[in-house]
Amino acid sequence: MTDPYMIVIGLEVHVQLATESKLFCRCSTAFGAPPNTQTCPVCIGMPGSLPVMNRRAFELSMQTAVALDCRIAPTTKWDRKNYYYPDLPKGYQISQYDLPFSSHGHLDISDPKGRFEPRRVGIERAHLEEDAGKSLHDEQHGEADSRIDLNRAGTPLLEIVTKPDMRSPLEAKTFLTELKLLLTYLGVSDCNMQEGSLRVDANINLHVPEDGRAGGVSGATPQSAVIGTAATAAGTIATPIVEIKNMNSFRAVERALEYEAKRQWEVWQETGQRLGDAPKQTRGWDDAAGVTHGQRHKEDSSDYRYFPDPDLAPITVAPEVVKKIRRGQGERPAALRSRLEQSYGITPYDSDVLVSQGRDLVQYYLAAADACGDGKLASNWLQQDVLRSLNERGGTIGDFPVGPTALADLLSRVKRNELDTNRARQVFQKMLTEGITAAAAVEALGIKQVDESELIALCRELLAANPKVAEDIRGGNDKAAGALVGQAKKRNPNANPGRVRELCVELAKEKM
Amino acid sequence: MALTREQVEKVSLLARLRLSPDELDRMTTQLTAIVGYVDQLSQLDTTGVEPMAHALPLVNVLADDVVQPSLDREAALAAAPKHDDECYLVPAVLG
Ligand SMILES: [Zn+2]
Repeated sequence: MTDPYMIVIGLEVHVQLATESKLFCRCSTAFGAPPNTQTCPVCIGMPGSLPVMNRRAFELSMQTAVALDCRIAPTTKWDRKNYYYPDLPKGYQISQYDLPFSSHGHLDISDPKGRFEPRRVGIERAHLEEDAGKSLHDEQHGEADSRIDLNRAGTPLLEIVTKPDMRSPLEAKTFLTELKLLLTYLGVSDCNMQEGSLRVDANINLHVPEDGRAGGVSGATPQSAVIGTAATAAGTIATPIVEIKNMNSFRAVERALEYEAKRQWEVWQETGQRLGDAPKQTRGWDDAAGVTHGQRHKEDSSDYRYFPDPDLAPITVAPEVVKKIRRGQGERPAALRSRLEQSYGITPYDSDVLVSQGRDLVQYYLAAADACGDGKLASNWLQQDVLRSLNERGGTIGDFPVGPTALADLLSRVKRNELDTNRARQVFQKMLTEGITAAAAVEALGIKQVDESELIALCRELLAANPKVAEDIRGGNDKAAGALVGQAKKRNPNANPGRVRELCVELAKEKM
Repeated sequence: MALTREQVEKVSLLARLRLSPDELDRMTTQLTAIVGYVDQLSQLDTTGVEPMAHALPLVNVLADDVVQPSLDREAALAAAPKHDDECYLVPAVLG
């Protein structure tokens, strides 16, 4: 079913950078400390205090911007964004206005399930700014007062602003997932949404066919307009932009956008309001109710009276520094995925699962796949057995008792038909619980290679004892041989079921 | 360059200053004088002069990311008009 409108989505993502200390003072950024125990004259805005930029925060910002293929400004400065709010002790936030340190980047997204065409999402800009404090709304204190904790004030945030390039809530969610994965690979943030390390605001509006208002003569649903960019195509018009806040998970972002697109379509049909007819509206997402609510109108950006912060010196970045950062970065998730698909023969779905688990797991996979020479087999085992055990046990892949070489040894035995899948699983469990090699586990389980002649003799016996089965096979029903596998296993637990099946079919037909 | 009374009124609102009609008139005159004084700079020919973001010839003033002790909470809260020994208390903030 095609919607009669096109959805246009842009995102603003705030990422807390993984520094020890704040952006302009050396107070700790650790989460969860008692209120107002991590503040100093700089971050609570005492007169006469002076901010000094955190070198690490700038480095982490640069890492991210380079990984997003942004242009890095040769000179950048910080500005004061002036507004009054109780969690903003200085009366201004130090941010970047007209000279952000980076701009014009992009991040490519695609869906392994093919639900949308691969898309390049433009990054308008990424800039470094400080966080505000937190208002705690405590019922016990009645309605009279709000409580303010300034521990978070001055924490370094990277604000990443996309172009309005996404065309569905799913694309927005996929963008966020890919961005988070990239940030995790870079190690620039822990991206913990519950602790506020990653926050998302979404801008959304619709492009609708000009004559698309319902309630007309026929009331027929207009045909979908095919439009490629956020610039409106001929015959279509844009509806007013809404900014959605208060979304606490990527799923919530997706749901809020789905809700908001439908709501805006209904509003458009009722009012016919176009972009520019109404000011930009801010709406909050209520996850429990599954709806958005209107919030106070934002002061427009000129009201922030930005001006350069005279307390901070500008930063210059030489082109060599950018090149050095680029060279020093490992493979990005997207590059890893395509390498796994091209060099290891696994599907986009499988490469996505593996790469989403993080760089360490991918290293483990590469080592195991290289050593056993079968990328598909290694991928299956990693996803089904290694990841499942890892989830059950907890811990990291680095502490996993079965290393990639040991796993590859086991997989090589499977490939050589020395072990069937069930037997191999038993061996794997033994290796896991006892921390032993594949060879030792095979030995401990009493698994021996059954001689081919022994196996042939066994199959002949079984066929003779089950003439009905032999008859069925001869009649062309090869599947009937399955009935003999269980019996074979009972007689000799080391018999390879696959081989037993093959032999029974072969031998039964031999007698035709 | 003359500022209008409306402009001064808007700026006073943004700065959370409540001005009487008399004060508003006075501020309009005074601010116009200040802006006019600074405006003299635009008479200079600045062709080929790189804009500066800072008055001092300094760049890249950076500190290492090493945690230093913070203020005692008691000291931090001492200057606040109202607190409950843990947090600053302010008139209710509505989300
Ligand atoms: Zn501080």
